[in-house]
Amino acid sequence: MIPILVMVNVITFVLFFSINSPDDIARAQLGNKHISMQQITDWKITHGYNLPLFYNVKEQGIERVVQTLFFQKTLKLFIFDFGVSDAGRPIGQDISHRMWPSFILALPSLIIGLLVNISFALLLIYFRQTYLETTGLIICIILMSISPLFYIISGQYLIAKTFQLLPISGYEPNFAAWRYILLPVIIGVISGIGMGGRWYRTIFLEEANKDYVKTARAKGLSELKILFGHILKNGMLPILTGVVILIPSLFLGSLLLESFFGIPGLGSYTIDAINQQDFSIVRVMVFLGALLYVIGLLLTDISYSIADPRIRLS
Amino acid sequence: MLLNKAAECKWIYNFTFRISVLLFLVIGMIACSDHPSNYPHGKHNPKENIYFTSFAEQPKTLDPAKSYTADEIVFTAQIYEPPLQYHYFKRPYMLEPLTLTKMPTVVFYNQAHQVIKHPENLNKIAYTTYILNIKPNIYYQPHPAFAKDKQRKYLYHNLTQRDFKNIHNLQDFKQQGTRTLTAKDYILGIKRLAAPWNNSPIYGTLAKHIKGFSTFHNELVNVNNNRIDALLSRQITGVQYINDLTFSITINGYYPQFRYWLAMPFFAPIPIEGLRFYAQPILKNKNISLSWYPIGTGAYQLVKNDPNHEMILAKNPNYHDDFFPESSDIEDEQFTFYTGKKIPFIDKYIFKLEKENIPRWHKFLQGYYDQSGIGSEQFAQAIKHDSKGYAQVSAELENKAIRLSIDTEPSIYYLGFNMQDPIVGGNSEKNKKLRQAISIALDYEEFVNLFMNGRAIVAQGPIPPNIYQSEKTKVNPIVYEHKNKQWVRKSIKKAQQLLAAAGYPNGINPKTGKPLVLNFSATSNGGPDQRAQFDWLRKQFAKLGISLHVETTQYSRFQDKIRTGDIQLFFFGWSADYPDPENFLFLFYGANSKILNGGENTTNYQNTNFDNLFLKLQQTNNPQLRQKYIDNMIEILQQDAPWVWGFHQQTFKLSQPWMSPSKMHGVANNTLKYLSIDTEKRSQLQKLWNKPSYLILVILLILIILIVFPVMLIHRRKENSYAQRFHK
Repeated sequence: MIPILVMVNVITFVLFFSINSPDDIARAQLGNKHISMQQITDWKITHGYNLPLFYNVKEQGIERVVQTLFFQKTLKLFIFDFGVSDAGRPIGQDISHRMWPSFILALPSLIIGLLVNISFALLLIYFRQTYLETTGLIICIILMSISPLFYIISGQYLIAKTFQLLPISGYEPNFAAWRYILLPVIIGVISGIGMGGRWYRTIFLEEANKDYVKTARAKGLSELKILFGHILKNGMLPILTGVVILIPSLFLGSLLLESFFGIPGLGSYTIDAINQQDFSIVRVMVFLGALLYVIGLLLTDISYSIADPRIRLS
Repeated sequence: MLLNKAAECKWIYNFTFRISVLLFLVIGMIACSDHPSNYPHGKHNPKENIYFTSFAEQPKTLDPAKSYTADEIVFTAQIYEPPLQYHYFKRPYMLEPLTLTKMPTVVFYNQAHQVIKHPENLNKIAYTTYILNIKPNIYYQPHPAFAKDKQRKYLYHNLTQRDFKNIHNLQDFKQQGTRTLTAKDYILGIKRLAAPWNNSPIYGTLAKHIKGFSTFHNELVNVNNNRIDALLSRQITGVQYINDLTFSITINGYYPQFRYWLAMPFFAPIPIEGLRFYAQPILKNKNISLSWYPIGTGAYQLVKNDPNHEMILAKNPNYHDDFFPESSDIEDEQFTFYTGKKIPFIDKYIFKLEKENIPRWHKFLQGYYDQSGIGSEQFAQAIKHDSKGYAQVSAELENKAIRLSIDTEPSIYYLGFNMQDPIVGGNSEKNKKLRQAISIALDYEEFVNLFMNGRAIVAQGPIPPNIYQSEKTKVNPIVYEHKNKQWVRKSIKKAQQLLAAAGYPNGINPKTGKPLVLNFSATSNGGPDQRAQFDWLRKQFAKLGISLHVETTQYSRFQDKIRTGDIQLFFFGWSADYPDPENFLFLFYGANSKILNGGENTTNYQNTNFDNLFLKLQQTNNPQLRQKYIDNMIEILQQDAPWVWGFHQQTFKLSQPWMSPSKMHGVANNTLKYLSIDTEKRSQLQKLWNKPSYLILVILLILIILIVFPVMLIHRRKENSYAQRFHK
């Protein structure tokens, strides 16, 4: 895991500084009017950007590596010391505040979306080779073809503007959040049916053609029992791959949903930081993204072994 | 079979009942409130004296020494009070005392530090001293930094980990205090602008003007510990404490525009108690700092700072006497009712983060935001033009009695020629004619209509009309001609004649025999609007037979190109620091060249006559002479055409019918204190405009029944048919 995270950091660092020099970062923070070189130098010293990128020829021994921008700015990430943003806000505190609204929005979207998509896929299997399956697949393709932005804008227009049932956007902490979360969750779930339904259908279809299903059917089990007792259970393994890997990333939020619904989550944190040329935030978010993804992969492996006793972690 | 049908009916009945209960439960939860069901402001009641608005970009810092963007100043300007402010009504913009008893007394000195009583020759002025007298009994907002115990010791200046157990933000401190504003606070605020660790964006400007400012800065460069004591123990030569209510600022030479800087939040007072309080590491670790919890004497105090969700300003209970100003202008008659009343009127301002235009706009139409700008997507819905071409609110908005205000911003957007470039730059007649030809060909009237919904005034020179206008500079005679009693843009034929005279007949470069190729650099935002703008620009140059090559780069690379002069044509803008023609004309002063001295003269324009006039302008306070110099300078610029004078943007603002009349101010930012709301009317209209329709839920129920029932019926029959076959 650690070599992966180190490599991710190196790549982020190289990419960021190949586009933005420390001078550019200083200018972005100081504003572009009336800025002198003296001010840029002062800013770089205050924020630690006055060091060389990878190798400090002015130092001796190990200090040649230690007294560099890369070492100073990235190594502390491994002990979860995220430091402050270039604008001066503690990044760790910002993340801890913003991850919960993201999670509150993402968790129900994931769970309800999963239930709806699996149910829909099972229905398609149940009615396979009928006009209902064809209709369902056409609906899936239509739903997949529509841009997520369209779901959001039309959902807001219909539910919040035309029928005036729910707030268009906004957020309140704690239980009061439900009024603001309901619409984005509904939209998130509906927009995911096309893709999710088709994907899960493929998985279940593969299972439905296996011998054990034919045996179960020959034994006289009802179709529902076959679907829920056998096909669903065996089809869960690949579904776990896709879902468990997502769980840690639920904290990272959704850029579009959060921006349009005014949810104060982490969705736009990285994009905003890139626009503001705030490297301190970018490196932390990329590090966290990589870390959560690796944790997701690990959790997937663990869940495999739980779901299927034949699989053992070596 | 009969039994099966009965079972099916029962099942259908149960299913319908459950779905209906669920939907009614949802309706009940949505509707169980006094407010409309789509009310987005949670616990805040529309009948409360609260103004609801939005912000699109999070402020980076609210420290007055560092903060400079429009996203930040909207907060800092309400909280902090610099010595001066702009009069709410007077145009051209006029300064007036804010925390001072009168406008600063100005004293001139010669090189030998002798007072010059009537300076006729401004060249003799070596120093100018501004003496500022502060009003007595101005108090700071309640703040824990001022809280004292019975022994008159500060309660929270030596916090331990134990004290800090239950502290998460500033509101968690139980005790608060205040004290009066003194001259020392202003002096400390100015010292902070020079402190290297604060990286104040105006350090460079002030170092040029305030006596001893850069020396003070240099003394502090190596101070890494006890920074507050270092600030207190050293003095800026040009900033002197006279008594608790008086201090002076001495600047080098004669620079009357300095008074405008005194109206910016940079010059806010900073109490030493605040610095000592926030310097505690224990608070820094919890992000409780001056950057996020300002301490001011202004009309409002920040009571909630969550830049990712909402910011709340509440009335400062200690705010000094301040009254709604008077206006003698007939246009301002609507404000008579408010004249002389104590301000501020509104108890709270709630700013909600709205990153997207569409939800913000819908919420304004629903009455949930009290004022709003107009995004380009919403322009057609919001604005119509009358027969004379004047903008008015659309019928939809008119029905809601929503009002429109328009103001021109003190800014300019222009297409610049790099004057160091061998083809488009320089002062040769040929190159000048090429620039003039391009200036005529670029039809900015069309640009404003196509891309800005008409929300801009086409510029005739560098200075916006609300900053300076004279008969001589109303129209640019290089680009426009008088025809049929009106000024019209010169024909493209005249531009082509100029181009031929410049040595490019029909746009053909004689050296290559091919069309002249010019390079235009811009920052890329990747949007469809930008692509259309580039196409428009190419077409304008094609009218002259010139081929325009557009190169888009990232903003920092674009800035690099301007700094190094590796650029030919570019689009840029300038927003005024203060409303004085000098703040636009200095953009052409030779010594401010970007390449030579890193100044703000981005086109690197050099003209000795212009430079001499600029120096003369700086050395006179005679209004007639000033006008003469400015007119002459604008004429030179129009002739030389280092910029294609683009446009001055206009701001369109919509106000709900319950808002008091408001006057837009292009420069002042502390104007929230002048607004008021009829909350009763707001509450009534919000209910009227937001009546929920449950039709969609009924449709949904029917849809579910229509989809689910056939499916379930088929399923049941399928199941039963197996059973029947099995029994056979």
